[in-house]
Amino acid sequence: MHIIRNRNLYFILPGALVAVSLIVILIFGLKGGVDVSGGSLLEISYETERPAVSLLKQRVSVLPLGEVHIQPTGDAGYIVRARNLNPEEKAALLQTLMVEGTTLHEERFTSIGPTIGKELRDKAWIAVGLVSLAIISYIAFAFRHVSEPVASWKYGLVAIATLLHDILIPMGLFAVLGEVRGAEVDSLFIVALLTILGISVNDTIVVFDRIRENLRFNKDHKIREQFETVVGKSIDQTITRSINTSLTVIIVLLALFFLGPESTKNFALTLTIGMIAGTYSSIFLASPLLVVWEKVSRRT
Amino acid sequence: MLKVRVAAIFILLATMALGYFLYVTEVPGNRFAFKLGLDLKGGTHLVYQADTSAVVSGEEADAVETLRDVVERRVNLFGVAEPLVQVDRGGVVGGGDYRLIVELPGVTDVDEAVRMIGETPLLEFKLIASGQEGAILGEGGVLNPSAFIETGLTGRFLKRAQLEFTSNAQAALTEPIVRIDFDAEGAKLFATITGNNIGRQLAIFLDGQLQSSPVIRDRIEGGSAIISGGFTPDEAKALVRNLNYGALPLPIALESTQTIGATLGDEALAAGLFAGIVGLLAVALFMVLWYRLPGLVAVLALISYILIMLAIFKLIPVTLTAAGLAGFILSIGLAVDANILIAERMKEELRGGKKPGDAIHAGFGRAWTSIRDSNVTHILAGIILFWFGTSLIEGFALVLVVGTLVSMLSAISISRTFLLALGIKENKGMIGFLMKSGFNR
Repeated sequence: MHIIRNRNLYFILPGALVAVSLIVILIFGLKGGVDVSGGSLLEISYETERPAVSLLKQRVSVLPLGEVHIQPTGDAGYIVRARNLNPEEKAALLQTLMVEGTTLHEERFTSIGPTIGKELRDKAWIAVGLVSLAIISYIAFAFRHVSEPVASWKYGLVAIATLLHDILIPMGLFAVLGEVRGAEVDSLFIVALLTILGISVNDTIVVFDRIRENLRFNKDHKIREQFETVVGKSIDQTITRSINTSLTVIIVLLALFFLGPESTKNFALTLTIGMIAGTYSSIFLASPLLVVWEKVSRRT
Repeated sequence: MLKVRVAAIFILLATMALGYFLYVTEVPGNRFAFKLGLDLKGGTHLVYQADTSAVVSGEEADAVETLRDVVERRVNLFGVAEPLVQVDRGGVVGGGDYRLIVELPGVTDVDEAVRMIGETPLLEFKLIASGQEGAILGEGGVLNPSAFIETGLTGRFLKRAQLEFTSNAQAALTEPIVRIDFDAEGAKLFATITGNNIGRQLAIFLDGQLQSSPVIRDRIEGGSAIISGGFTPDEAKALVRNLNYGALPLPIALESTQTIGATLGDEALAAGLFAGIVGLLAVALFMVLWYRLPGLVAVLALISYILIMLAIFKLIPVTLTAAGLAGFILSIGLAVDANILIAERMKEELRGGKKPGDAIHAGFGRAWTSIRDSNVTHILAGIILFWFGTSLIEGFALVLVVGTLVSMLSAISISRTFLLALGIKENKGMIGFLMKSGFNR
């Protein structure tokens, strides 16, 4: 009951985080990775010592490749970013990076044309829309018998509002990371956001399910209880499982972040932040919002 | 009671059998060995854009399918193990463009790969517009495109090419020529084109270069044409080989390239496996410490979940990518969610005064609605992701969807069987302790 009674207190943190996230996203924007924005990325490693960045930059500057970014990676490697390159241009670039007296290995190369990147971005928006719509519809359907005192579609809408909170926070984090550490938003990031939508709604559903059960119990036993009380009781009854179900997911995500492959580190980070935000929001945001909505609609 | 115990023993044996299957099939060359994606074993991923603008509308799909076959034949010639060539349609947002995706595991020399695919000649037959015979070359000797009319006859209709030599007795010099035979459809088209355009010139293009433009003297039945154009014997031989290996029916343009070195792939795989094992152990530890007996049962169910999933990966087969591996590791954390919901519910029922057996039944029964509702959202998200996905992401989506379905099975039926098979009657003493959770003693 404590949570419902002091609900406004618990709205402060997520409210502030969402506001900050929105502001940093607007100011910094998200830095698109190669697969989202198009362009090319070449990762190379030198067998012994790597040449200085300035030397490579100077050598590359004579090539007609436009702007080329060179950034150190690992102990003896570089990541080189440029516009979309064809095989000849790439061969020329590699040749140029092969400074006399060094042995160079090509670790990976990605070059994505502009149309594929655009298609991916368009698809991402549509996918986010579709997932949200599917979740609202499903919740509205699953809770269709619960219409008193709050209509079932309102459960769906509240779930989506909290989901928005869950994905805005990792997005804000990446806007900041992009600015300070050059972190990029790639297609895996979009996948992570979509996965957060699918997973973090679980905890919300567990609480809603309990509210549904308690409402039905009260109806069957002709018990009159305030909606606020029912919701508060439901949260108390489910808080342990909400935290524990998220905790097991966060445990494996942390293993993936700290020990897993380089290519899925950002993915694991995005999901971890999203899961933490999701756990918080399903306990302190979703059901309290239902109570607020019920109060507002009763007043009018 | 006997029935559940038999079922529990059966599940244990089946799990062991599954483990044995996973172990023995993991030898190189076995058809059930794990299929690793390019990002885990190194290789090249190429995306070509197919230009279907010259194809009669409605036949694009066929033409692209032919293109796929041709490129696949070429790719097979490289001697790459398990190459993948597939057609991808841009879909609604992609403007319906056709793309060809070529995956070459183990090939990291992308330039070589691109050269080998691109070497395939593009053969086209075009009519020279009447009155334009003198104007086929524009300013500076560049071909004047408006002088040529597309006929729709291309290398797509080629049956085979042969090297021949002209028997020109007068010159005492034999010139190599390339004789091409069209398939039935191509022969019909060729007969129509030649029949309708007697007296005009038919230009033969190879890779956009004008080879020759003989005058059509008669309707040609039988579907053979000769390409001559001052070849040296070697050039003609190479052309015949390339045409037979497959003339590209459509022009293609390289849109994107991805190469991953073998070392990077190996490292990613090792790191992924390590993270998976540590994640599994940590989750198992948490479940046993917090949920005690039901937690231990959940861990057993989780192990069978992992074995079932791995077997599915081998049997379908699912190509494992870094994203897929991440999805699988994530699903380990998700798979016990149902067990947590059930264990919590059981605890409530026990607290409400139910006997252990009844509490187990009620726990599973009552937790079902929330398990169902939350799993449906996973599946919905997974399906949408699958649609969204490029080949690297499809693996993730597939793991999410299949994992959700399998985990429902393992968390519900397998754990229930195990718990009931234990035959707990009294909720007292040691058993009472084992059925509690968290900080409760």
